[in-house]
Amino acid sequence: MRALAIATTCGLLFGLGLTVSAMIDPAKVLGFLDIAGDWDPSLILVMAGAIPVAALGYMFRRQDKATTQTAIDRRLLLGATLFGIGWGLVGYCPGPALASLSFGDAKTLLFVAAMLVGMAAFEVWNRRG
Amino acid sequence: MSHFTPAHALTGGALIGLSAAILWVGLGRIAGISGILAGLRMPDRGWRMAFLAGMIAAPLLYRLAGGATADPTIATSAWVVIAGGLLVGFGTRLGGGCTSGHGVCGIARLSRRSIAATAVFMAAAMVTVYCTHHIGIG
Repeated sequence: MRALAIATTCGLLFGLGLTVSAMIDPAKVLGFLDIAGDWDPSLILVMAGAIPVAALGYMFRRQDKATTQTAIDRRLLLGATLFGIGWGLVGYCPGPALASLSFGDAKTLLFVAAMLVGMAAFEVWNRRG
Repeated sequence: MSHFTPAHALTGGALIGLSAAILWVGLGRIAGISGILAGLRMPDRGWRMAFLAGMIAAPLLYRLAGGATADPTIATSAWVVIAGGLLVGFGTRLGGGCTSGHGVCGIARLSRRSIAATAVFMAAAMVTVYCTHHIGIG
């Protein structure tokens, strides 16, 4: 019960953060990614606000270094590239896409459905190869 | 620079950071949305469902409380939305994280992998937007 209460609280805080910062709006995110256009640096400040607060948490409770992956391999770089292309095409990454579901926008639903198919496709591909 | 909203961005960011800090201290979990979502088929789906339910409910509660939010505006065609969704789904799993897991939590943990991943996905996204908005590809 305690775990569920913590997780729900964290989900609410996360969603509230995305809402207040307007990162749930793909147009706002594309405004950041469009460095050659009318550039909107807001996303950098979202990260600048989030990273130090999160870092306090990681300092408070130590991580198990032995189980932490450190290699910068092809999977990491290729995965980040594919994700970046998809993010740039629409302006949605997984958090904002899910948080926007309650707006009932058809294209948001379509994006989330395609994202789940992409995740399932990875599982199938990963098990084979 | 006309749409720049620094105060809202910093405040919202701090809330996201607080969420990540509490999830780590309280449950020992990383607040990476793609990882939480993909793990829904694992036996420990309870906390994942609770987190995602809270995250999906938050914008709704914010609006009910009188907060102003912009409706999502997606200018691209349905086919581009589908292609984007597929790439985000597959890519985040292959690369082991997204904007939250790598970009916020990973950088806060000073993970070399996450710093590299964040640099790569930001660059790839910026090149993509340059191609679609300024060269007319896609």
